[in-house]
Amino acid sequence: MTEEKKTTASDESEPAVVSVNKPLKEPFVRMVKREDMPFWQKIAVRLTGILLALLVSAVVIYAITRYNPITVYQTMVSGAFGTKTRIWSTVKEMLMLTCIAVGLAPAFRMRFWNIGAEGQVLVGGIVTAGCMIYLKDLPTLALFGIMFIASMLAGALWALLPALFKAKWNTNETLFTLMMNYVAIQLTSFAVAKWENPYGSNTVGVINQNTRAGWFPTILGTQYFLNVLLVLLLTVFMFIYLRYTKHGYEIAVVGESENTARYAGINVAGVIIRTLLLSGAVCGLAGCIAVSGASHTISTSTAGGRGFTAIIVAWLAKFNTFTMLLISLLLAFLDSGAGEIASKCKLNDYASQMIIGIILFFILGSEFFINYRLIFRKKGKEEA
Amino acid sequence: MQGFVTLIQAAVFFGTVIMFGCIGEIIAEKAGNLNLGVPGIMYLGGIASLAAVFIYEGSTDHPNSILCVLIALLSAFCASALGGLIYAFLTITLRANQNVTGLTLTIFGSGVANFFGGSLNTLAGRFEQIAVPATSSAFRMTIAPLADLGVVGKLFFSYGFMVYLAIALAFIVHHFLMHTRAGLNLRTVGENPQAADAAGINVTKNKYLAICIGAGISGFGGVYYVMDYIKGTWANDGSIEKLGWLAVALVIFATWKSVNAIWGAYLFGILYWMYMYIPGLTRSSQEIFKMLPYIVTIIVLVVTSMKNSREKQPPASLGLAYFREER
Repeated sequence: MTEEKKTTASDESEPAVVSVNKPLKEPFVRMVKREDMPFWQKIAVRLTGILLALLVSAVVIYAITRYNPITVYQTMVSGAFGTKTRIWSTVKEMLMLTCIAVGLAPAFRMRFWNIGAEGQVLVGGIVTAGCMIYLKDLPTLALFGIMFIASMLAGALWALLPALFKAKWNTNETLFTLMMNYVAIQLTSFAVAKWENPYGSNTVGVINQNTRAGWFPTILGTQYFLNVLLVLLLTVFMFIYLRYTKHGYEIAVVGESENTARYAGINVAGVIIRTLLLSGAVCGLAGCIAVSGASHTISTSTAGGRGFTAIIVAWLAKFNTFTMLLISLLLAFLDSGAGEIASKCKLNDYASQMIIGIILFFILGSEFFINYRLIFRKKGKEEA
Repeated sequence: MQGFVTLIQAAVFFGTVIMFGCIGEIIAEKAGNLNLGVPGIMYLGGIASLAAVFIYEGSTDHPNSILCVLIALLSAFCASALGGLIYAFLTITLRANQNVTGLTLTIFGSGVANFFGGSLNTLAGRFEQIAVPATSSAFRMTIAPLADLGVVGKLFFSYGFMVYLAIALAFIVHHFLMHTRAGLNLRTVGENPQAADAAGINVTKNKYLAICIGAGISGFGGVYYVMDYIKGTWANDGSIEKLGWLAVALVIFATWKSVNAIWGAYLFGILYWMYMYIPGLTRSSQEIFKMLPYIVTIIVLVVTSMKNSREKQPPASLGLAYFREER
């Protein structure tokens, strides 16, 4: 049972060379790995992390605005959930983040660092906008079919390139996908300049404002019905895919050890390519949802850094797609909440990014206390 | 000829920003830490120098230009190193994932910088556009007789001192990494931390120092951008973030050698500004041309991985955390 190995706290570890006349002192604190933390305790650690983060953010906000922190958080809640429009805009943001994170999940499960979600979302968005502009006269169903398939293909292609090179030559995928983002951003700028409307504005404007061709239809009284449905379906699908299918198992094995996978007869290159096609396709679809189901326009802010934020969401959720919904909700709340504070205090709304940064630092840090245990030096032992 | 000279000048301005970012990142990566927080760190450096100098220039009628420069550089170094410290603490001591922590640092840094950059005036109770003319002109001062030497002067001597500082730093860092004992230790930590630990090298200390000092140097890129490139103002247009990612790309392009970063940075600058000098481009096709630096980086990345030569590979344990008890 005692799998604990003695470790020295890396902070204060002496050089490994120990002089003879100085007895080896037990370090003040050492870290021990643990694997058996009960579920409720994990939740408690994470909640403590979030609470601490909110506390620090409150201090920061107070230092800048001199507002009572309680009022600040009240403002944030009303900013995120105060009216029906605000609730929808928070939900929309949450769905977007979840959708991208769900797309990233299989890649990360395989330890393939797909940092390129931003680009995959954008190319999906460009293709969708293109369909809306050029194919607006097609029947609705055909238009939607083409839009979905085309955006998924575009996203998949964007992820396929790094995957091919990773599979064949082990090219570093973190840096490759990162560069693909910027190629996609330039491609978006190109598309915006090409489709700009009105001429000279350097924005595309709302596409098909009058005909609403290619817009998600209003169902059950809300125009976001399809957004909710699609993202929830994807969430459930990906959960099952990763946990209960042969593909999901192969992904997990490749992620743990490529050599083991190869020994077990798994076609590693094939799994890498297949997984990335799926990952990119879902991110491309996220771009389609963003354009056709929300903004009805295309610009570089269609992705607006969400591709990067979603990486953190996917990682923190430990590949559990339902946890992704929760984390996305937290981030979406912070985003619209901090935006509200900023506009109330006439500060600019980058405040929300700052607060999200602080909170993520704390959540990342709190993971440590779930995986490791600290053992402090006992006083009596030292005297003995 | 005139066009060529202005292209080179533009490339040097552009290249210097990313060269600083790249040199700092090379130090961190040589110690085995892929720090994706470079854009955030450059943001922190930029805004810290701007804020500090803004306060100093506001407090006196005759700002001393040497003091201005010192305040700007010192505050930027401290702020950036502090950003690096957050990253180092999370990834080394708390063993968080490097990619995720780096991205968070980028979100945080750009949030802090754009927030204060956009509201420094409101907070200070002034309403004009934020500007630090005295410091900016100190940063852009050239050596007058040399800069007037016609084409040669324009090509080589028409820049502020930070352009030359960047080149000097590239050589110094190269010498440190390749020809000193401390540099050898640092590289060992990045290649094989287990071996380094067994040899009595303090892995934790080396990583902390490499990340913090590297971050401080990356932060100078932000200073140069704010003080020289956009002449002592602030722009909330996300360009530092773009430049920061290019700095990360440049590390690959330079194959983890800081001396290669010098010409690599200028080449990126030329590629980036080339569209201005190619006749007949429309506004939309210009955007396609701006892809060039990224595409070139991808090609370099692919070619180096295909060639698989030992000198041109990333440090062996890049991106991996080191736990002494794990095998």
